[in-house]
Amino acid sequence: MRQEIRISGFGGQGIILMGYITGKAATIYDSKNATFTQSYGPEARGGSCSAQVIISTEKISYPVLIAPDVLITMSQAAYNTFYSGLKPGGILIYDSVLVKPAKNDSSQQFFSIPSKSIAGELGKEIIANIVMLGYLVKVAGVVSPNAMQEAIVSSVPAALCELNIEAFKRGLSYSSPN
Amino acid sequence: MSEENMMTENETQEPSVHPMDSWLRQDRLPHIWCSGCGIGPAFSTTISAMKESGYTQEQFAIVSGIGCSSRAAGYLKIDSFHTTHGRAIPYATGLKLAKPDMKVFLFAGDGDLFSIGGNHFIHAARKNMDLTVICINNFIYGMTGGQFSPGTPLGAISSTSPYGNEDSPFNFPHLADAAGAVYVARWTTAHVRQLKKSLVRAFQKKGFSFIEIISPCPTVYGRRNKFPLGIQMMKNLHETSIINHNAKGSELDIQIGKPIVIGNFIDRERETFLERQAAFQERVNKWLKEKKGETGD
Amino acid sequence: MVDVVNKKDVSVRFMSGDKACAEGALMAGCNFFAGYPITPATEVAEHMSQRLPATGGIYIQMEDEIASMAAILGASWGGAKSMTATSGPGFSLMMENLGLGIVTETPCVIVDVQRGGPSTGLPTLVSQSDMMQAKWGSHGDYEVIALAPQSPQECFDLTVKAFEYSEQYRLPVFVMMDEVVGHMTEKVEIPSPDSVKPYPRRYTKLPPGEYMPYRPQEDLVPEIVSAGQGYAVHVTGLTHNEKGYPEISAKAQENMVQRLTDKIKKNVKKIVLLEEENLEDAEIVVVSYGISARTAQYPIEKAREEGMKVGFVRLLTVWPFPEEYIDNLAKRIKAFVVPEINLGQIGREVERCAHGQAKVLGITHPGGGLHFPEKVLETIRSAAQ
Repeated sequence: MRQEIRISGFGGQGIILMGYITGKAATIYDSKNATFTQSYGPEARGGSCSAQVIISTEKISYPVLIAPDVLITMSQAAYNTFYSGLKPGGILIYDSVLVKPAKNDSSQQFFSIPSKSIAGELGKEIIANIVMLGYLVKVAGVVSPNAMQEAIVSSVPAALCELNIEAFKRGLSYSSPN
Repeated sequence: MSEENMMTENETQEPSVHPMDSWLRQDRLPHIWCSGCGIGPAFSTTISAMKESGYTQEQFAIVSGIGCSSRAAGYLKIDSFHTTHGRAIPYATGLKLAKPDMKVFLFAGDGDLFSIGGNHFIHAARKNMDLTVICINNFIYGMTGGQFSPGTPLGAISSTSPYGNEDSPFNFPHLADAAGAVYVARWTTAHVRQLKKSLVRAFQKKGFSFIEIISPCPTVYGRRNKFPLGIQMMKNLHETSIINHNAKGSELDIQIGKPIVIGNFIDRERETFLERQAAFQERVNKWLKEKKGETGD
Repeated sequence: MVDVVNKKDVSVRFMSGDKACAEGALMAGCNFFAGYPITPATEVAEHMSQRLPATGGIYIQMEDEIASMAAILGASWGGAKSMTATSGPGFSLMMENLGLGIVTETPCVIVDVQRGGPSTGLPTLVSQSDMMQAKWGSHGDYEVIALAPQSPQECFDLTVKAFEYSEQYRLPVFVMMDEVVGHMTEKVEIPSPDSVKPYPRRYTKLPPGEYMPYRPQEDLVPEIVSAGQGYAVHVTGLTHNEKGYPEISAKAQENMVQRLTDKIKKNVKKIVLLEEENLEDAEIVVVSYGISARTAQYPIEKAREEGMKVGFVRLLTVWPFPEEYIDNLAKRIKAFVVPEINLGQIGREVERCAHGQAKVLGITHPGGGLHFPEKVLETIRSAAQ
């Protein structure tokens, strides 16, 4: 089965790293296939930024997104740009502090998490992206919790490993208040 | 004795014993250079300097571009590379880095090195690449029949400047100095003894060394600019050039009717590209130790 | 799948095509890289700048692509296994010294991560529009070898292969990647270093004096030496004889140019790598390469589901072009469909080799994105009619 994920936000949030880690988790630690692509050039520096991951148990022939099953948005601008591409029946995950979505398709599932605030509680707002990866695994699956954790550990600086694992676990165990 | 017999006798003689024979590809001679051309004395002086430099014949490699001077690569019996127009310096850079123990040098003209190859020249000098660059400046594109080059003096007549050259020439030693060469000299083909010493010094010097050799081209430059015979220009160079080792780079412009200033202008030390490699490798090893083979994927 | 690299004890990595290409080069024994930054090939240089010094090799950033190409030729004659990587604008600049590499039969590898052209074009977006430039970009008559990977794994495998071919046939070999393949990140299996034996340089055993740098062996390829081995070798871009000396005559030109083309043309069967699917009863055959071959997979499957007899040929080697192979196929099918991200460069080759025996429908697109599967399917449908 082919699953398409778009991760979006603004430059500097670690969006590209999220895509890379997710793809790595799927291929190396879940032994599936994954194709990870990203936006390049001046448009990738500041402004909306997006990473795309396709995960499949089979060979991935078409390497770019057709219509994402899962959309993560970590900025309002990214939501405005990319929401319309989300598949009917798809999953939207957004940062509840940074994004205010206008729900207009009842077939879709919406999930939110204050990832930036949680990361702030851990002492480093910059790891909001890792909190978000935990929450992605919780609400959308896509990769196994172990695979995601392994991929995080092997992709972040050793000195920040513990903190990143903590951030991942906070996301993984987060329950929306409503 | 009939002419036929004479030839037979000549053929049975011992091979000639000119001191440069073993350095030349005899099967490529005669060369293409015109009578009166300065490349011949520049070339033979270069061979003399090679022999005195302390390097063996096998240790030398010559790289050249395109033009009359660049044909030298085809006559020297060493590893020799006659490359594309202007590209001898980057080609030599690759060769030198793959064979750091060899003495890699260039022998090329003013048009090749400073027009089409100008960018390569300044960057190799900036990096202090371990190369010796010998530039034959005959003020003209000779092989194509005498068009003006970046070495052609202002006002000089050439086949593409029939009313006189409108462009100022580059001052090559000044350019080499500014770009970072550690050895810079200018001599003429009428100063072969000084030139040979200078070439020996350049070959022995680590880093980027540059020697400009002012050389007559009677065929396509001289005959349009009052020196129809090579010997006339040689004589003029001999009589009017001023030796001033302390001249500043800005004093080395070449102008018609004014004496050419020659000498060994720059001889300084600056860490060369290859010398920097040791410290560089240390940083690499330190990095490898810390990262333990992480490959950054 | 064509088994390009024999893999055992693999380490599985998640890597971009550009990095995989660099890793492939290292696996093949590359120890010299000269380059100039250009999107979307920069990551090849970046990875090489980190990895080469750590493996005893040399990375040098040159002042432009002309210099980069010159430097890898010089390094190759110094005995190095050398490579450069670029994209369209830089590829254009390399064409000058490519000719020198061809005529002096210098082993080296040139990677072109294709982006939209002409000129600066689309620096960050895909195309396959340098395919003909790879074939004809430098002046004069000559033959080349060009390989086209469709995934990061193949960027690795085919770069290894490119080094092998460059040594075997003594010439610069192209790896024709594209922006999508270069920038996408996927699983790449890298064999343990001892399982890939770099193709050895064909050094002569003859002593100086007897050795002739351009005297062909049975396969039309001459043996080589490098600087510093005492051969006083002469290497020139002028037309030369077997001794390597310039010889400016029609006769010398014929000897040299004819052999340079023959050494590739007469070894086509050994050089061409291709993948075939469902050709037995095919009426329509999709011929493609690189990323376009990959995106054609899905529409081909759909077309088969609709009952059409669709075969598939994927060219891993694009140059030399498998002329005879296409001619033979053309005799027994109705039509070729050729999707590619340019305005029909390889489609025209297919048409030339089909000799009117089968029609050829191109699916062309000047670059900036991949083919939409629907468009490929529509063309297959119209070919079936």
